[in-house]
Amino acid sequence: MAEETPFGVYVHIPFCASRCDYCAFATWTDKAHLVGGYVEACRAAVGRFVTEGRPATSVFFGGGTPSLIGADLLCSILELIPTQPGAEVTVECNPETVDTAKLAAYRAAGVNRLSFGVQSMLPHVLASLGRRHDPESVLKAAAAAGEAGFAGAFNVDLIIGGKAETVSDWARTVEAVLALDPPPVHVSAYSLTVEAGTPLARDRSRHPDPDDQADKYLLADDLLGAAGLRWYEISNWAAPGSECGHNQLYWAGGEYRGIGCAAHSHAVNPDTGVSRRWWNVRTPERYAALVASGGDGEACGESLDASQRRAERLLLALRTSNGVPESSLPGWREDPVLARLVEPASPGRVSLTREGRLLANEVALRLVDPGF
Amino acid sequence: MNLAKIRNLSVVAHVDHGKSTLSDRILELTGAVDARDMREQYLDSMDIERERGITIKAQNVRVGWKGHTIHLIDTPGHVDFGYEVSRSLAACEGVVLLVDAAQGIEAQTLANAYQALENDLEIVAALNKIDLPAADPERYAAEIEKVLGVPASQILRISAKTGSGVPELLDAICERIPPPSGDPSAPLQALIFDSYYDQYRGVVSAVRVVNGILRSGDRVRFMQAGRVHDVEEIGVRTPTNEPVGELGPGEVGYLIAGIKDVGEARSGETVTSAGAPAKAALEGYRDPKPMVFCGLYPIDGDEFSNLREALEKLRLNDASVTYEPETSGALGFGFRCGFLGLLHMEIVRERLEREFNLSLIATAPSVEYLAHLTDGTTVVVHSPSEMPEPQKLESIEEPYLQATILTPSEYTGTLMDLCQSRRGEMVRMEYISPERLELVYRIPLAEVVMDFFDALKSRTKGYASLDYEQSGTDQADLVKIDILLNGVPVDAFSAIVHRSEASAYGRKMTERLRELIPRQMFDVPIQAAIGGRVIARETVKAKRKDVLAKCYGGDITRKRKLLEKQKEGKKRMKNIGRVEVPQEAFIQALRLEE
Repeated sequence: MAEETPFGVYVHIPFCASRCDYCAFATWTDKAHLVGGYVEACRAAVGRFVTEGRPATSVFFGGGTPSLIGADLLCSILELIPTQPGAEVTVECNPETVDTAKLAAYRAAGVNRLSFGVQSMLPHVLASLGRRHDPESVLKAAAAAGEAGFAGAFNVDLIIGGKAETVSDWARTVEAVLALDPPPVHVSAYSLTVEAGTPLARDRSRHPDPDDQADKYLLADDLLGAAGLRWYEISNWAAPGSECGHNQLYWAGGEYRGIGCAAHSHAVNPDTGVSRRWWNVRTPERYAALVASGGDGEACGESLDASQRRAERLLLALRTSNGVPESSLPGWREDPVLARLVEPASPGRVSLTREGRLLANEVALRLVDPGF
Repeated sequence: MNLAKIRNLSVVAHVDHGKSTLSDRILELTGAVDARDMREQYLDSMDIERERGITIKAQNVRVGWKGHTIHLIDTPGHVDFGYEVSRSLAACEGVVLLVDAAQGIEAQTLANAYQALENDLEIVAALNKIDLPAADPERYAAEIEKVLGVPASQILRISAKTGSGVPELLDAICERIPPPSGDPSAPLQALIFDSYYDQYRGVVSAVRVVNGILRSGDRVRFMQAGRVHDVEEIGVRTPTNEPVGELGPGEVGYLIAGIKDVGEARSGETVTSAGAPAKAALEGYRDPKPMVFCGLYPIDGDEFSNLREALEKLRLNDASVTYEPETSGALGFGFRCGFLGLLHMEIVRERLEREFNLSLIATAPSVEYLAHLTDGTTVVVHSPSEMPEPQKLESIEEPYLQATILTPSEYTGTLMDLCQSRRGEMVRMEYISPERLELVYRIPLAEVVMDFFDALKSRTKGYASLDYEQSGTDQADLVKIDILLNGVPVDAFSAIVHRSEASAYGRKMTERLRELIPRQMFDVPIQAAIGGRVIARETVKAKRKDVLAKCYGGDITRKRKLLEKQKEGKKRMKNIGRVEVPQEAFIQALRLEE
C-alpha cells in the first residue's frame, strides 16, 4: 500500500558560523541576512510540494548548521511537513550552537533525534580540521540533549584521519564520545576525504594517509562494537534499533524530497519502474528566487531505468550489513580477492568483511546485475 | 658561364651566431629579394627551423655581386648532420666563418672550420654582432687567429642585423675565395649535396656541377644508387626557383628527375650522363648510418597505423631515419627508429607530432652494440630487448665518440668531472686563448646520448659548446638491466648500462615506478635484475583502503559515475604480471626520463 512505502523529506540549511576547511558542501558563513527569506522559501516549497503528497516516514534537517538558525524558524518549516505517526525527525547540530532551551523547543516541535558534528574530542585535532568548538562544548551539548529528552536519541559524527591525529588520539576521541553522559546510541565515523576546491585540497601536507585511516577505522570498529554499537553501514554504527531510518531510506534506493538549495530528490514512477533524481540550485539566493517565482528550485536531474536502479541499489546495499545477493558476486568463494572481502550474511546474501569495508570500491567493481 | 666570376661558399656558424640573419641581409643587398617581400630567416622553410633558430635542411641560393655570381650553400647547423656538412663543403671553394663577437668560436663551428681547412677551402672570417655592447671583437679575433691561423687583421667586423660590414664581406668573398675549376668538355660529374621531397615535384636535389654540362632533358645515371633518370628540370634558386637549360662546371643549382624517394638521391651521390658516363664517381660518398635508436609509440594505441603512414611520408624527405615495427607489453605497438643523433631524433619526433598530429612517447635512447657470443658469432643490438642472455655473452662492444668541448677555463674542473663520470678518457686539453680552452675526450656514445649535452650546458651556464665525431668501438663491461613487475619484465624500462652504473639505474627506476604504479590488491615487488640476479627492489604495498566515506542523497549519482569511470579505466589498464597499470604510469615514467 502506498502509505506504507517509506518517504523522506530532507531540508538543507546552508548557513554556518565558520567553514571547515575540508568541507565542499553548499554552505555559507556570510549569508546570515538571507536566513529569514530562505526559511520562507523552504516553507513555500514544503507547502507546495510536500504537504500535498504523502506523509513522511522520516525528516532530516541537514546542512550547513541547522542548529545555527533560530529554533522557531526551523520549527516553522517542520510544522508544515506532514509526518506519519512514529516518523523519525532528525536535526544536525554543532555542539557550540545548542543549549537546553533550543533542544527542548525542537523536542516540543516533534524532533526526536539529534546528530552532533563532534569530529574529534581533542583540541589540536579540531584545530587542524578548522573546527571552532572545544571538547567541553560537546560534554555540555550531550548533557543538554539528555535534559531536553534526547537521551538514547542522538548521534555523534566523527572524522577519521586529520593530519594532527595519532592513532592513540583517535582512540581517545572514540572513548571520550562513548563516555558522554548520556552516551550516543549512534556514531558515524567518516574518513576525511579531500574534496576538490577546498583549502584542504590545496594543502597536500595535510592530506590523510589511507593506511593510517584504515588502522583507525578498524580501531573504531573494535571500540564501538565493544560498547554495543553495531556496524550497519560503511561509516555507521548504532545500538540495535537506533539505526538512522532516513539514511537507510537513501541506501535502499527509496523516495525522498529535498527542500532547499543543493538538496537532492528521488522519485519512482510505479508504472514504468523508471525513477528520477534531481537536485536544486546551489545558492540560497537563487533557490529563494526560483521558489518565489513558482518554481521548485531544480537545477538538473537524471532518469534511471530499471537496470540502472538495480545497479545503484546493489552498490548501496553492498555498503550495508544487509549485503547483496550472492548471485551478484558469482564465484566469490573461489576468487582470491573476493573471498577475503565478503562473507555470508544471511541465507543467499553476502556482506563485506572488515577488510572488505575498507575496500568496498574494489568489491563494487566486481558486482554484476543478477537481474530479477 | 665564366668560371672566373663564380664564387661558391658556405657560411659556417654556430646556432644563434647570425647565419640566417646574414643570409637575409645578403638577399637584400644583392637585390635578390625585395625589402617588402623580406621576412626573417627567409631561407629557413620549416616551422621548427624558424622557431628554434636552426637550419636543418640546407637551402641554397644564387646572388649577384659586382659582376660575380655567388652561390651561398647552406649547411645544416648541427653536429648530427656532420656528414651533410661535409658534402656541402665539397661543393664549395671557400667558407665564411661567422662568429658571434660576444661569444667567440664554438666547438662545432671550429670542427667545421677544420674540415674546411682539410678540404683546402679558403676561410673568410667575420665577427658578427659587433653592435652588441658585450661584443669583444679583439679578443675573439685573437682566438680565431690562434686556433685557425687566420690573421686577426683579415677578420671582418660586421653586424648582420644592421647590415654594417656586409658589403665589405661580399667584396672579400669575391677577392679571396678562388673561382671553381672544371672541364666543360669532360664527362658529366655533378655532386648532389642535399635532397628534399616536394609533394608535387618529387625529389628536388641540390647539385654542384664539377665537370661537364648538366642539361635539361638529359638522361642521367646516379652512380651510387645505380639508377637512371631523365632530367625533368634544372634551375637555380634566386631564391625563387628559375629553370635553366644547362648548368656548367662550378655552377650550383637544383635538379628534378621524377624521383620519388630521397633515399635514391642522397647527399654525396654523383650524377653523370647515362650515355657517356664518367669513369669514376666523385669521392666521399657515405651511406649515413643511424647512431641513436629509440622506440616510438603512439600514446593512443589506435594511432598506430597513422604513425606508420607518417613515418613512411617522413622518410620520403629524410632517408636517414630508419624504422621497424616493435611490440611492447607496456606501450603496445610502435616502431624502433634509428636516427643520426639526438637532435635528429628530437626533430623527427617533433615533426611526427606536429606535421602528422600524433601524440608519441619515446623510450630511452639506445645505441648500436655489438654482442660477441660464446659460440663465436656476433649480434648487432639496437635495443635492450635484443641483447642476448648474459650466459651466452662473451663480450660487448659499444660505439665511441671523440668529443671536443670549448669552454671558458673556469669550468674546466666541472667538465672534467662530467666527462670522467661518463667514462670519458681525455685525449688532450689546450688553451685557445687565456680565457678559453679546448677539451678533447674519447667517450662512449651511450653516455653522450643520456642527457650529456644538457649536463654540459647546465654546468657551464650554457657557455661550453660541444662537437663530436665517431671514433670506433670499444669493449666495455656492459650489462642489461631488466625492471620486473611482480616478476615479469617491463620491456620499456630495460636498459643496457655500464656495470658500475647498474645499481644506480636499478634504484632510480624501481623508486620511480613505486611512486607511479597504483597500489593493487596484493603487494607488488618491483625489481631491477641483471640476468636472474636482483640488484634493487621496491614494493608497492597492497592497498588497504578504497571506499567512499559518505553515500547520501547527493553522493549517490557521483558514486555511480565514479564507479562507471573506474570500470572503464580498468578496461584500459595494461596487465603485466597480474598487476594492473594504467598506461599513463609508464608514460609518466618515461617522461621523467626525458
